Amino acid sequence: MDPKKLVKMANDIATFFDAEPDRAARLSGISGHIKRFWDPRMRLALFHHLDQDAGVGLKESVIEALTVSRDSLLPKP
Amino acid sequence: MYSTKEPDAGTPARVSSQLVTLQIDGMSVTVPAGTSVMRAAFDAGVRVPKLCATDHLEAFGSCRLCLVEIEGRRGFPASCTTPVEAGMRVTTQSDKLAKLRRNTMELYISDHPLDCLTCPANGNCELQDMAGVVGLREVRYGTEGENHLVGTKDTSNPYFSFDPTKCIVCSRCVRACEEVQGTFALTVDGRGFQSKIAPGPTDFLESECVSCGACVQACPTATLMEKSITDLGQPDHSVVTTCAYCGVGCSFRAEMKGNQVVRMVPNKNGQANHGHSCVKGRFAWGYATHPDRLKHPMIRAKITDPWRVVSWEEALAHAASEFRRIQEKHGRGSIGGITSSRCSNEETYLVQKLVRAAFGNNNVDTCARVCHSPTGYGLKATLGESAGTQNFDSVDAADVVMVMGANPTDAHPVFASRMKRRLREGARLIVIDPRRIDLVRQPHIEAEFHLALRPGTNAAILNAMAHVIVEEGLAREEYIRQRCDLPEFEKWKQFILEPKNSPEALQEATGVPADQVRGAARLYATGGNAAIYYGLGVTEHSQGSTTVMAIANLAMLTGNVGRPGVGVNPLRGQNNVQGSCDMGSFPHELPGYRHVSDPAVRELFSTTWGVPIDSEPGLRIPNMFDAAIDGSFKGLYVQGEDIAQSDPDTQHVTRALSAMECLVVQDIFLNETAKFAHVLLPGSSFLEKDGTFTNAERRISRVRKVMPPLAGYADWQVTVELAKALGYPMHYEHPSQIMDEIAALTPTFTGVSYERLERLGSIQWPCNAQAPEGTPVMHVDAFVRGKGRFVVTEYVPTPERTSRKFPLILTTGRILSQYNVGAQTRRTQNGAWHDADRLELHPHDAENRGIRDGDWVSIRSRAGETALRAKITERMQPGIVYTTFHHPDSGANVVTTDNSDWATNCPEYKVTAVEVTPTTKPSDWQKDFQRFTDAQAALMPQ
Repeated sequence: MDPKKLVKMANDIATFFDAEPDRAARLSGISGHIKRFWDPRMRLALFHHLDQDAGVGLKESVIEALTVSRDSLLPKP
Repeated sequence: MYSTKEPDAGTPARVSSQLVTLQIDGMSVTVPAGTSVMRAAFDAGVRVPKLCATDHLEAFGSCRLCLVEIEGRRGFPASCTTPVEAGMRVTTQSDKLAKLRRNTMELYISDHPLDCLTCPANGNCELQDMAGVVGLREVRYGTEGENHLVGTKDTSNPYFSFDPTKCIVCSRCVRACEEVQGTFALTVDGRGFQSKIAPGPTDFLESECVSCGACVQACPTATLMEKSITDLGQPDHSVVTTCAYCGVGCSFRAEMKGNQVVRMVPNKNGQANHGHSCVKGRFAWGYATHPDRLKHPMIRAKITDPWRVVSWEEALAHAASEFRRIQEKHGRGSIGGITSSRCSNEETYLVQKLVRAAFGNNNVDTCARVCHSPTGYGLKATLGESAGTQNFDSVDAADVVMVMGANPTDAHPVFASRMKRRLREGARLIVIDPRRIDLVRQPHIEAEFHLALRPGTNAAILNAMAHVIVEEGLAREEYIRQRCDLPEFEKWKQFILEPKNSPEALQEATGVPADQVRGAARLYATGGNAAIYYGLGVTEHSQGSTTVMAIANLAMLTGNVGRPGVGVNPLRGQNNVQGSCDMGSFPHELPGYRHVSDPAVRELFSTTWGVPIDSEPGLRIPNMFDAAIDGSFKGLYVQGEDIAQSDPDTQHVTRALSAMECLVVQDIFLNETAKFAHVLLPGSSFLEKDGTFTNAERRISRVRKVMPPLAGYADWQVTVELAKALGYPMHYEHPSQIMDEIAALTPTFTGVSYERLERLGSIQWPCNAQAPEGTPVMHVDAFVRGKGRFVVTEYVPTPERTSRKFPLILTTGRILSQYNVGAQTRRTQNGAWHDADRLELHPHDAENRGIRDGDWVSIRSRAGETALRAKITERMQPGIVYTTFHHPDSGANVVTTDNSDWATNCPEYKVTAVEVTPTTKPSDWQKDFQRFTDAQAALMPQ
């Protein structure tokens, strides 16, 4: 999957949840949305971008959310 | 007039808590106060002769046939215009009345052609009936002297003719156009003997007539007559079914001779449309038997190969084996399906079941993705259910109507007529739309506020309105305290009061003067019952879901949810897009909007379906395209959708389709998507199947088969056969069994069955033990989620910005006479009104570019370029241009981009930065498109 598109999608999600003042709620909003709506290959591709390319282009809140919720977001093999 | 001779009570029913008892021909009858004597007589079983009266129009009292005698009153009052009074004693038949009626009929017939036996209305003419009823036996006036027996028939309208020689100037047509349709296109021109019906100084086609058919329906003679009746004769039976066009879901009688439809007449008892219709449902049904209909399955190995006609068995076996081969090679998640928002609930349920049970994944989606998916997300998050809150009838109790990002007179015309009636009665109107839509100023209607905002600023304007309401103390504190989540409300309130959300701070971004926003907010908050109706101008944006939530915030803030006359009303576009969502067409939800990750829900379905259900969400349509180009998604079953024309960024879509190894298209015509297909399965129209559709008000209505499927199978049967070929047999003999299964598995549908639908006519879900006859208005005592949730809706400007290179904003939409991708309406005579998509632009923008009306222009965006003819109009504001997408060669979606709603990926069709310049040739895309279309046409069997 095109990482640029996934980065944009993830950032757009984060922009919405960034209005949430509570940090934990913000991060779980972002990771929860990705978990509820993203096909596993999309989540895998996003983590690949995070791991291989340092998540370049991703908003800080996305990187934080992915890091905090890595286990639950990464698809089970 | 109705072929089935539906009873006509003469004047509309009245609703009143006060009852009046009177005597009609010695019989006692009790009716609500305000009822006419004519209608009271009808209730007593007495049919008073009439010509100008009909029960869907207010009484007029002109024909003088319905005279009665009322004890204690002088003369012979018209029973249609005389209201009942307590103790009244009415005589409907006497020698004197009989003589008066015969004399009146004699006058009518003296100026009427006596060609009954060759007249198209023969056997179904109220004038003929009344002549018989009153016992007319002679016409003593002769034919010398002035008369109207010679005249020119107006046949300009493609669907009906107007023969002035048959007209009795009862004015039913004029009143129908006013009261029912609200267009006021007809008038009685002249006075006395010179009176004649006229559609203005032009013929019908050139007039303001919108061809809804209300006048034809009202006409008691052959004056206004369907051309199909003239050509085919009177029908001999009728079947009640539901329209397959828009989300209003009008109920119709398909009037038939054998298996042939003679005409479609709106069903008086239709609970969505109450006997009204629009040009599409009423007249544009001929596509169902168009010569272009696909009748035979076809397969080919590559899209450059000629199509080969094969048997159903071979086609389905091939599709199944290809899908399995692809899964072997690329993985279980490498194939998927798209359900149709035009097929029935039962059919979309089966496609998602096929994907989940036979494909073994959740890669299923529906066209709601590109229209109202933000509605599903936004209303679920705030109110708890992914659907509108009201029924259509609710508008009758509205005091304030706010229409946002919708053009109902074009896209939901029958409901718009209802809304206009309420507006003419005095309800006040707020329109939020960049364009000056027709509703802003209509006969007897004018919007009190038209907030002509810049595209992409919906959330800003709603935040500004909410800011005003909170700041000025206009919120319904008690309602919020009782019904809403208070911590969430406080958080939201703090946000909305920030100065950045004031109308003054947002004025520059929205382009709307602050005082206008303040005025609109005050009206919405304090004008009484306030209802919001919204469309794709809300959802098809990068902040579509955010805006839906902002709408819900506004409604909760002002206590406008939970009773008639208020609510949040998404105007769903297609006949069954609501239904397709209800049936679990989304990749993350099973039927009833329950997430696939919920183990209890999965257990319920896997027990019934006999297979495990994947717990991970699947691919949405835009993600399917990306995955296809990426190489991980290679097979797709598309039922009744044309993504190559309807989805944005056409070149990206066609690249994705070209990358597929097996594209199976099931449709009634060879559409744009089918040009990329490897298997073509002929689909069935709504006339060829049984099933149900669910309209925008959650109303489930029956679709009834009136003719056998042209290609041999209804769509649901094709899916069953495909499932069988895949090794997953489905056992259904009739769609009612599919609905029984849906009801068993879906809490909001528990009480739905074909038996109950027969009894009730239609049912609005939820229909279950708590609401056995359905639910017209939702969230009455509490929100579905318990407490309503306010959500912070920060305005985020769209990334799509104008620049020097692309200084204009393109927004897209639809019009009355064509429908969606036009596959149906382009194969009817609706081209008389719209034979090509046009680019609408403001005179200033045109002048600055040297563009005249009708000139060819190039529209360019960062996604692509196309060429259209220009239409210069002041309904656009400077800086904004508009087009439709009804014709594939216009390439409107070549220009739209991949920007989408953050939550649902609903495309941002409404905001594309473009430049428009004069051109003398088609775009490169259009040339390629024509070449490809010609090449594909050559591959069809000759």
